[in-house]
Parts: sequence; C-alpha cells; structure tokens
Amino acid sequence: MSSFLARRLGQSVSILLGVTLITFCLSFLIPADPVRMLAGRSATQETVENIRHQLGLDQPLPVQYAKYVWRLAQGDMGRSFKQKTEVTTLILSRMPATLQLMAGAILFELLIGIPAGLIAAARRGKKADSGFMVLSFLGVSAPQFVTGLILLYVFAHRLQWFPLGGYGSLAHLVLPALTLGITGGGWYSRMMRSSMIDVLLQDYIRTARAKGLSPLRVLLVHGLRNAVLPIIAMVGLDIGFFMAGAVVVESVYGWPGIGQLAWQAIQVIDIPIIMGVTLVAAVSIVFGNFLADLVMPLVDPRLREN
Amino acid sequence: MNTRLHKALRNPVVAGAALIVVGIVAVALLAPWIAPHDPAEQFFDGLTLEGMPLAPGGQFLLGTDLLGRDLLSRLMFGARTSLLIGVVANGIAVGIGTLLGVAAGYAGGVTATLINRFTDLMMAFPALLLAIALAAIFAPSLWIVALVIALVNWVWVARVIYAQTAALRKSEFIEAVRSLGANWPRILFVHIVPHLVPTMLVWATLGISTTVLLEATLSFLGIGVRPPTPSWGGIIFECQSYFLDAPWLVFFPGAAILILALSFNILGDALRDVLDPTQRGKS
Repeated sequence: MSSFLARRLGQSVSILLGVTLITFCLSFLIPADPVRMLAGRSATQETVENIRHQLGLDQPLPVQYAKYVWRLAQGDMGRSFKQKTEVTTLILSRMPATLQLMAGAILFELLIGIPAGLIAAARRGKKADSGFMVLSFLGVSAPQFVTGLILLYVFAHRLQWFPLGGYGSLAHLVLPALTLGITGGGWYSRMMRSSMIDVLLQDYIRTARAKGLSPLRVLLVHGLRNAVLPIIAMVGLDIGFFMAGAVVVESVYGWPGIGQLAWQAIQVIDIPIIMGVTLVAAVSIVFGNFLADLVMPLVDPRLREN
Repeated sequence: MNTRLHKALRNPVVAGAALIVVGIVAVALLAPWIAPHDPAEQFFDGLTLEGMPLAPGGQFLLGTDLLGRDLLSRLMFGARTSLLIGVVANGIAVGIGTLLGVAAGYAGGVTATLINRFTDLMMAFPALLLAIALAAIFAPSLWIVALVIALVNWVWVARVIYAQTAALRKSEFIEAVRSLGANWPRILFVHIVPHLVPTMLVWATLGISTTVLLEATLSFLGIGVRPPTPSWGGIIFECQSYFLDAPWLVFFPGAAILILALSFNILGDALRDVLDPTQRGKS
C-alpha cells in the first residue's frame, strides 16, 4: 500500500514536471516578443539586448527551463502583462471564491446524480430508467453558458428568487453552483446507475431478497452503501472539469474567482495569467487524481490488496 | 449486426436523434438556398426605433440580432460552422488517438511507456484551458480552432485504442498468424486494425458532441471562430449584453447547440451498444 502511494507520488511529480515543460514550450509559441513589449518601440538595439540579458533569455534553453521550474517551485509565475501584478498574488486572491463555487457544485452534482442513478438502476429497463438516462444526456449535452444564462433569466430576472450575478451571500452561490452541478449530475447519474446495477447483481443482494427483506430495504440499506462510496470517492477526479467550467460559469455570473480572472485575461490576451491559471488547474488535477487514489482503497477494500 | 442496428433504430429516442442529425446536416448543406435572408445583411427594418433587436415573428421568423441581422439565417449558416468543426476536429482527434494508441499498443516496451506517459500528461491539462491557451497564442480562425480542439481531444481515443491493441497483440489468433510467417504490416493492418474499427466509429460519433460543445464554448468566450462567420456560440457571445431584454438571442442558438450535442451523444451511445455487446445496458 505505501509502496503504491510512493509510486503514485513519484508519477504525480513527473507529470507535474511534464506539465511545466509544456507550458514552457507554449510560451515560446507566443508571436509577440516579450522583450520588445517591455522595451517599447523606440528602444535601441543595445537596450533590447540588455533587457534580454536581464530576463535571462540569452541563456541556453535547458538553463532557462531549469530556472523556470525553480521559480515556479517558489511560487513565482511571473507578472501579468497588463496589470503588472504578480500572477501568483492575483490567483491566490481569487482562489477562495472558486473553492466556494466548487464546494457548492459538488453538493449539487451529488444531490442530482445519486438519486437519479439510484432510481434508474432500481427501475432498470423501465420507463423511469430511460427517462432519467435521457435527462442525464440532456445534462451533459447542455453547454454551461446556455444553462447558466437560462437559469439566470428564469430564476434571477423573471422570478427574482436569486440575485442577478455577483458574489457574497449564499443566495449568490446557488445558481452558479447549480449550473456546474447540472453537467456533473448528468455524469454522476450514469456512473451511479452502472455502479448500482453491478451491486444489485451480487450474491449477497440475492440472499437479502431471499430472506424476505422488502425491496426498498434491500435497495437503500444493502445496495446503496456499496454502490455510492466508490462514486463519492471519484469527486477528486472532477477538479479538471470544475476548473474548465469555472471559466465559463464565473464569466456568466460575474463570480470573482480564477475562472473570471482567466476570462478577463483572454479578452486582453494576457498570456502570463492564462498560463498561470492553466498551471494551477493542471496541478489541482494531478492533486485531485492523487487524492482519489488515496481515498478509493479506504472505501473499497478490494482495491487494498493490489 | 444489421438486425441489432435495426433494433436500435426502432428505439424512438435513437431514431429521433438520427433524424435530427440528418435534418441539421441537410440544413447546413442547403443553407445558401433555404435561408430566408443573407446572414450578413444588416436590415434597415431589422431593429426597433430604439435600436433594439426585433422579437421573433413577422418578417424575421426567429427575430433579429443586435445588428439587425436575421437570426434564423445566421443559425442556418452557423450549423455549417458547428458541423464542419465538429467533424474535422473530431476526425483529426480520432486519427491522432488511433495512431498513437496503435503504435503504443503494438510496439510495447519503451515506445508504449513514452506514448502513455505523454497521454497521462495531456490528461492533466483541462481540455478547455489548454484550448484557451492555444487559441490565445494563435490568432483564431475556423481551421486553427478545429486544430486546437483536435490537439486536446485525442487523449481518450489513444487510451482506449492502446488497451485494445495491447490485448489483441497478445491474443492467440495473432500469435497463430505470426507463426504462419505474416510480417508486421500484414498483422497490423489486416488482423489488428479491423478489430479497432468499431471503437473508432463510436468515438467518431460520441466525440462530435464534445467537439461541438468545445467550439461553442470557445466562441462564447470570444476566442473561437472569428466574426463575421456565424457560429452558434459566437452569436451568444455577441448578444450576451442584450440577453435580459432579448432572450431569444440566447435561447435559439443555445437550443441548437444542445440538440446537436444531445443527438450525437444518444447516437454514439446507441452505436456502442450495437457494436460492443458487453457494454449493453451498463452505461
């Protein structure tokens, strides 16, 4: 078990190194020369060379890459082109809002996905099953910006149950979190359904039925427990999906998280911020996968042996 | 397999999805002839006196957008963008994924390790953010957007194809073919690749849904297909600020994206049931 974790940790670190290699290479694809941008149009050749030297851009590529990783390890992601602020500071200040949004979204996706998958599995092959499965497809096929704008129109503009975007109270959180939760709930209902079907085919469920327990008791007491834990352990794998969703949802609702930061950076093509958010997202995804690997054996004893 | 295909099509949901896809493809192909107006023409009578978009009904069936252009015509031409990017980007993604998956699965050893680690690495990037970074670096055009989407979407195909190829390579019938003296191109193209076709077909269908959504999202964020080319996500991006007063500008293109993505999802799922009986009823 501990050797498995050590190996996974090693893998995570090597993936992170690979991630930095890709973002490092991407920064060379940018058509605009950062030195020219800093020096201004009227700079002499000498000034340009000076700045190039100061930034270390005249050094061999492996040296530049090593320095880049070293700076990242210290939490330095460079400065924003437009805002002239440290990218790390900007991202950290936006982090609480995004984490809050994610917590709400996890709550909604489980609240939607688990009951829907449970009912579909219990009514397998019946009308309710196909009904829920079409609904789950609807959830995953709806673009988040459309879901978001429609929820905003109906519940904030027409019914005025919730504020029209913004940040602060719990009421502000409901619609953005629900928007992310609808997509996630679509996936979870499908996973929950197939997990539940697997459990319901087990021998011990047949035994429970044979000794005369009510179908509802078999389903909720004996089935649900075993079917739902592996599903909840998968939440760690959602982080990538939330990071991408945050860009869309935060821009629709004016939610001041790192997604909105990325969206604002996109509009003015502020590459350091876009790269910073991409890096943070990649790190969170690797961390989330590691977390899921850590939690799943605790939940499912069968995974502990190998 | 044909009878199974017939059986799947008898399911009203699947048949409906197939019909919708055929319908949208027809509209996209025939757009220049069936669109009621020129999608780029800014009509003098296409705005109210206050300069607001016209509501659905009357001369402009689905209303007009913020520049007084006919929304229905723009949606019809937008179908071309969505389908073209969906098919091309997904086609490239399936191509890259198959190539890398087969290479890793058949070669094994160091090649497999290198390719699989690279696939893991690409999976650590959220597709949308990587696409955003790439699209922000290159000035977006129709083809750049397609390429960017393909570059972030091949990883799942590569995973699945790798697992299948690796399993096939070790199977007894391949060993038999090898002991009969077949060379590697023959083993690969005559005996292994045909077994991968069902998987490729399923991904070629399911993947279009992901691709269409990604294109719409990039266009909604303002880094997708450039105007004046109409794109469903782009229409919503342009009209977002008028949304509360003119909600049809979001509802109609939004519904179009949703219906197209939904139909390809249902079709792909049905196709997987037809082609892979072990998965039937599970997912």
